Amino acid sequence: MPETGLEFSKEPTEVAVSIRNLSKSFNDVEVLRDVNLEVKKGDVVTILGSSGSGKSTLLRCINWLEQPERGSIHIAGERIGVTDEGRAMSVKALARVRAKTGMVFQSFNLWPHLNVLHNVTEAPIHVLGKSRHEAEAHARELLDKVGMSHKADAYPNTLSGGQKQRVAIARALAMQPEVMLFDEPTSALDPELVGEVLAVIKSLSAEGYTMVIVTHEMSFARSVSDQVVFLEKGLIIEQADPETFFTNASTERVRKFLERNK
Amino acid sequence: MNNWQILWQARDQFWSGFLSTMTIFGVSISAAFVIGCVMLYLLEGSRSRTTILLRIFIDGMRMLPFLILAYLLYYGLPSLGIRLNAWWSGVGALAAYHGCYFAEIFRGTRLTFPPGQVEAAKAHGFTKGKMFLRLILPQIIMQTRPLLGNQLIYALKDTAFLVIITVQELTAAANSLSGTYFIPTEAFIVVIGCYWAVSIVMEVIIKQCGRFSTKRGFDNA
Ligand SMILES: Nc1ncnc2c1ncn2[C@@H]1O[C@H](COP(=O)(O)OP(=O)(O)OP(=O)(O)O)[C@@H](O)[C@H]1O
Ligand SMILES: [Mg+2]
Repeated sequence: MPETGLEFSKEPTEVAVSIRNLSKSFNDVEVLRDVNLEVKKGDVVTILGSSGSGKSTLLRCINWLEQPERGSIHIAGERIGVTDEGRAMSVKALARVRAKTGMVFQSFNLWPHLNVLHNVTEAPIHVLGKSRHEAEAHARELLDKVGMSHKADAYPNTLSGGQKQRVAIARALAMQPEVMLFDEPTSALDPELVGEVLAVIKSLSAEGYTMVIVTHEMSFARSVSDQVVFLEKGLIIEQADPETFFTNASTERVRKFLERNK
Repeated sequence: MNNWQILWQARDQFWSGFLSTMTIFGVSISAAFVIGCVMLYLLEGSRSRTTILLRIFIDGMRMLPFLILAYLLYYGLPSLGIRLNAWWSGVGALAAYHGCYFAEIFRGTRLTFPPGQVEAAKAHGFTKGKMFLRLILPQIIMQTRPLLGNQLIYALKDTAFLVIITVQELTAAANSLSGTYFIPTEAFIVVIGCYWAVSIVMEVIIKQCGRFSTKRGFDNA
């Protein structure tokens, strides 16, 4: 893969996402508290934690779908949401920085009036300004990568959940993002469809894509991650490489969580 | 000469009335559609003074008898120094009135639009305007298709009111013929036939358009 060859040749310490002192409240309830997290280029970071611990909120702050009250987030060195002068970014500027992230949602959120191919080319053409020809060629490559090229002309309503999610992954990849964000990508799937989606995500990690993944699939998290983060009531209470995290967690809370989610 | 033969000889008058009705209908319904789309766009986003005023305007229009609106534009506007001829008053009234209906139809469906799709669009770097044009509006139109078809028929029928502000359209033609030769029944039967024919053609076309949305899973028409 040409693009991954490039990524590997870069400095291993290059930072894709840097989150500093992030805090976010909903109606005076602090959902994220002073979160600090650095995602290196090419790394896979999984976020674990019980329901309501703030995992989705953290992910959604990264692409500014939620606006944090405090702290900063940089995507490939560029701050999202706030200008250098400390003002709120213009809509245009925000959309441009946002396009450096690709997000995959639990509920797929494909655009049903567009067929599979056009779901993937829509943003490259109308946001990035690519030519239709170029966008379609790239889209077909990506659909091939996620094993969906045979459904290029199908409409989303005719696809299974696993197929929808694989198209959603191709759609996000088409933006050539610096980082891919996955919010429980398999939680809405029938058990027998989970595997095909996880396999695609795994293949992306092998290609060197930078990813932040919220998941409840423990064995997947263990095998795919470079770093595991555990959120509890909006605080990062454990952060470690997967081996340490799953076999030798330092906090009692995490050990209990792993015990329950075996 | 029987009554039908009289009408046949006056067919040019019917024909020009029919063309006039179709022109008025075509122009005003296109404008109404655009007005409806623009209003829907203005209603996007959170509640503000604009959206509240717009909602009040839309409801006010919808609750107004169409004829009174047409009267107001034709007879009332001149007192404000704006003088429109009968044709433009009629077209303006139809466009504004049905534009508000369109807006209301769109708005109802917009409320049920899945927020996840909007989030996906934002996450892919879409700005509000492009998101609206490319992702929201096409789906809203596909989903509201049967209601829009219905509204087209209402609008077609409302063109007949314009006879009262002296627009020379189909109903006016029938009216004048029936007055001249005293053959109201036959004249109006012809007119009814015309309105029915146009409505049926529209129904068929709208139904055919349903293939688009059925393929995408929007309805089971
Ligand atoms: N838009 C919102 N308005 C108000 N409260 C919210 C909103 N979004 C999230 N919350 C609250 O913030 C907290 C964290 O939510 P979040 O969705 O980030 O949790 P999560 O870790 O993703 O949980 P889950 O595993 O159930 O998805 C929860 O208590 C939730 O109720
Ligand atoms: Mg969540």
